[in-house]
Amino acid sequence: MSGDVAIAGAGQETGKHRVLARFLRNRPGVAALVVVLAVVFTAVFAPYLAPYNPDEQFFDGLTLEGMPLPPSQRFPLGTDLLGRDLLSRLIYGARVSLVIGVVANGAALAIGVVLGTAAGYIRGRVGQVIMRFTDLMMAFPALILAIALAAILRPSMWIVALVIALVNWVWIARVVYSQVLSLAEQEFVTAAVALGASRGRVFFRHLIPHLVPTIIVWGTLGIASSVLLEASLSFLGVGVQPPTPSWGGIINESQSYFLDAPWLVAFPGAAILVTSLAFNLLGDGLRDALEPDRTGDV
Amino acid sequence: MLRGRRAVWGSLLMALVVLLSAAGMASAQQRGGSMVVTFLTDVTTLDPAIGYDWQNWSIIKSMFDGLMDYEPGTTQLRPQLAERFEVSEDGLTYTFYLRRGVKFHNGREVVASDVKYSLERVLTPATQSPGLGFYLTIEGAQEFVDGQAAEVTGIRVLDDYTVQFKLARPDAAFLHVLALNFAHVVPREEVERYGADFGHNPVGSGAFKLKEWVLGQRLVLERHPEYFRPDRPYLDEIIFEFGYEPNVALLRLQRGEVDILGDGIPPARFVQIMNDPQWRQLVEIGEQLQTGYVTMNTRVKPFDDVRVRQALNMAINKDRIVRIINNRAVPANQILPPLMPGYNHDYEGYPYDPERAKQLLAEAGYPNGFSTVLYAMNVDPNPRIAQSIQQDLAAIGVQVELRTLAQSTVIEAGGTEGQAPMIWSGGMAWIADYPDPNIFYWPILACVSAIPGGWNWAWYCNEEIEARAAHADTLVLPEQQEERAALWREIYTDIMADAPWIPIFHEMRYTMHSARVGGADNIFTDPLHIPINYEEVYRK
Amino acid sequence: MIRYTIARLGQAVLVLFGISVITFLLTYLVPADPARMIAGHSATAETVARIRAELGLDQPLPVQYGRYLWNLLHGDLGRSYAQRVAVTELLLSRLPATFQLMVAGIFAEVLLGIPAGILAALGRGRWPDRLGMVLAFSGVSAPQFAVGLLLLYVFGYQWPILPLGGYGTWRHVILPALTLGIAGAGWYARVMRSAMVEVLNQHYIRTATAKGLAPSKVVLKHALRNSILPVVSMVGLDIGVFMGGVVVVESVFAWPGIGQLAWQAIQILDIPVIMGVVMLTASFIVVGNLLADLVYPLLDPRIKYS
Repeated sequence: MSGDVAIAGAGQETGKHRVLARFLRNRPGVAALVVVLAVVFTAVFAPYLAPYNPDEQFFDGLTLEGMPLPPSQRFPLGTDLLGRDLLSRLIYGARVSLVIGVVANGAALAIGVVLGTAAGYIRGRVGQVIMRFTDLMMAFPALILAIALAAILRPSMWIVALVIALVNWVWIARVVYSQVLSLAEQEFVTAAVALGASRGRVFFRHLIPHLVPTIIVWGTLGIASSVLLEASLSFLGVGVQPPTPSWGGIINESQSYFLDAPWLVAFPGAAILVTSLAFNLLGDGLRDALEPDRTGDV
Repeated sequence: MLRGRRAVWGSLLMALVVLLSAAGMASAQQRGGSMVVTFLTDVTTLDPAIGYDWQNWSIIKSMFDGLMDYEPGTTQLRPQLAERFEVSEDGLTYTFYLRRGVKFHNGREVVASDVKYSLERVLTPATQSPGLGFYLTIEGAQEFVDGQAAEVTGIRVLDDYTVQFKLARPDAAFLHVLALNFAHVVPREEVERYGADFGHNPVGSGAFKLKEWVLGQRLVLERHPEYFRPDRPYLDEIIFEFGYEPNVALLRLQRGEVDILGDGIPPARFVQIMNDPQWRQLVEIGEQLQTGYVTMNTRVKPFDDVRVRQALNMAINKDRIVRIINNRAVPANQILPPLMPGYNHDYEGYPYDPERAKQLLAEAGYPNGFSTVLYAMNVDPNPRIAQSIQQDLAAIGVQVELRTLAQSTVIEAGGTEGQAPMIWSGGMAWIADYPDPNIFYWPILACVSAIPGGWNWAWYCNEEIEARAAHADTLVLPEQQEERAALWREIYTDIMADAPWIPIFHEMRYTMHSARVGGADNIFTDPLHIPINYEEVYRK
Repeated sequence: MIRYTIARLGQAVLVLFGISVITFLLTYLVPADPARMIAGHSATAETVARIRAELGLDQPLPVQYGRYLWNLLHGDLGRSYAQRVAVTELLLSRLPATFQLMVAGIFAEVLLGIPAGILAALGRGRWPDRLGMVLAFSGVSAPQFAVGLLLLYVFGYQWPILPLGGYGTWRHVILPALTLGIAGAGWYARVMRSAMVEVLNQHYIRTATAKGLAPSKVVLKHALRNSILPVVSMVGLDIGVFMGGVVVVESVFAWPGIGQLAWQAIQILDIPVIMGVVMLTASFIVVGNLLADLVYPLLDPRIKYS
């Protein structure tokens, strides 16, 4: 395969092909893409994949002393503390993780890109104020802030997404800001300005297109951290409301029983790890493919 | 029951058990030695005017005394700092004659003016005592609270050893109220010395005094050498160790390093412990005066219709909920817990009958059910219980949205008119502050408590019931008590016909102790002391 | 350098001031009335009003903030609503535990992350690199609460060589530090790798290699010394991430530190404590970043600030 890639690169194909080729060479990245697609598939087709209704509390799903059941033929991954099928809850849980991951990170991205470009491009006082504000937000302990916000506001899926966006946009704004700064110095921009292009035109025609790789990379990496943050909030009981199945929430409900029912921690924990890891590796692979000159720093 | 305080109360039945067992036990008791108690978190405060959670409640009791107290292990009132007391015919005047020679930990004698000072301290708004509201029946208390009087005129110091209370209206629970921690006597000079830090430098007249307190790690109490009961306490020292997760504490107890599990048996280990004879014998089981219930807001549609409330009462599978918490409770069919005077043993409550419930809903005009919201506290097991209720209600067509929130947010929603249609009370309410049936009415079901910020989350108000309740509470004389209990029994039975609540269960109490410590069984499930009565336990 | 330091200090103070404003405003979103929480269920509406006045909650917002700031500047963070203790005293009693956890956690991060980063850099482009980076990403992607619970299950219960949570001896700190370390190690490994790769590509390293110096010597003598800088500054920047992780980890391991205090305070909306914790941790972060910025030039003579 590497041979084909080399030929494609040497043939001066269009940029898109080169990027694709570079991405395909990154095996962890490709594997991650497959996993991400699988998670998306699971989330979309949850009703067809799940053996049971995720909210149904089975009478025979608990022992007479109220203990959950270990994995068995009837319940492939065992039951939770209300006698519900864990596998079905995990499958539906993929929906919550993905929706929150995508929505929260989309919002964070929107805020971050708008403020980052604004600060980098307008500069002057406005830019100063924006960047000082991001400094301020960076000094907040993010998780504590998110927990406090989620506890104060009435928790729901959208509030959780909003809270995550509120703590995550800062990093994106930072990255975008420094990119815009360096782009603005580059020849093609100074040339466009010299040729009399309006500020708006320069902004939309020359700056934004160059930010697309960054947006794609952070749009992927950010989902990983949003998925983790949602899980942490739900684990602490200030996340998605029950009975909506959320991976972090399942662990929260089972926490005090984990010595007797470790599967109630292990399976959802693995689901979170795999999903978050896949988005991280995918994002990393995309970065390598889109920005080959970078050495792959954080 | 703010902040999950769990003052618990036992029964007359248990009193009998003590009396029977006490005779046989006497020889095994001896003095000296120490005991280790573990908790996950540090004690918040040891100021009797302020402490109001299940953890500090009994520690405070072992360090301070009030005029009244209870026989250990029972709910039987007895004089404590008072040698005896008299009640006037009209039930408005109480005269207490103090014991002589009772000493504070600082060596000074306890006198009548200390009693007055301590109660006025609770009634001072600046003290911010959660117990303030209990003492407003004393004559002049309201004026004092409002800042219109420099002292409470209804508390009179007749001489150093006599104090007299004058009440503005009869209060059948007044002796119980005087036995609450808030009425414990504190020395003025020490309170003034430490100011707001008195809660961390407590000085009382009780069986134990503070030896050492390393915040977040360790609290050590030692015997008060001048304690007025010469044969108590048995132990020389109690060491409270903090930062032990219940599972860890249990392992340490099993290894012999710990004597009492302050936070109880961890839920995950409960079944295993109870099935193992070696450990089962170290667990004492008792009842508590607690009811867990769902309130239905009678001022919010469709719960303004009694048929809807009755229908929901028939829709909940309480046995399953009890199973979810590993059978650590008994299903409830009424408001009062079984050991409370006034409990109706003949009442059968609403049956679990989803079909009948659907019929009732149809009669009320909701053949297809309706949608509503259920609030619950966000700490396990409450979200699980709420989900079980949600599933049961879905079966009769009632779609419930859950809001599991921080405790104070739920309390706030409950006390805001028209906000919370349904609330699951777990983790917040209701455990009796004292063993009298009126404690389940006035704060949580009365018209006077259906106010913003109140605890009547059903916003239930029945004027006719209110009048009968007020009348029952005027019966204060000992010979009227049977009649009074009967009146309360009828009142609570009639409230169940109005169905402002769905009673779910009454929690049981399980205390595990090491084989090294001894005492009558009921001091390990003392209705007033969680986890145990520190004064009565001894080292074998 | 002095001017830079002063400017940087001024900035830090401004950031802390901004944080105090935002935190204070956030508390006004709290739906619960603190006076009602304090008053208990037996209180009348008038009593609640009186307590509200006692706490100064009936004053206009700017007045309340002014008083808060004034007290803050005098080292007074107010009193806990629930515990009636000075918040500073509460924080101080919890700090040693959190510091212990932080030091052990950073130790674990460095111990796991640096060698992984070096190995990945040396084998860059080949399987050690790929494997190392997948592992690093796994650490970053793992939910700390699940890792903590599973570590407890394995090493505290199934194979009980370590305590099942709690605080006290060095054995108690191993599992929580490891839990924190696994996440952080991923970042350290990645920073270490890229710094190392950069250094390895520099001329003097190539020269050294070309001169025939043993590869291990090249790595240890030259490359490591020069690539450790970004890692040092990372410790300072790490504190913010750490303080977040501490809430979860302390909750899982029953560790009596700042994170547990924060979590308990959030549960009951004990506002003075929440504000105290936020201010304290924000100060940590600001000071950490400041130190990273100020120490960096001292370590690397090539960097000069004007």
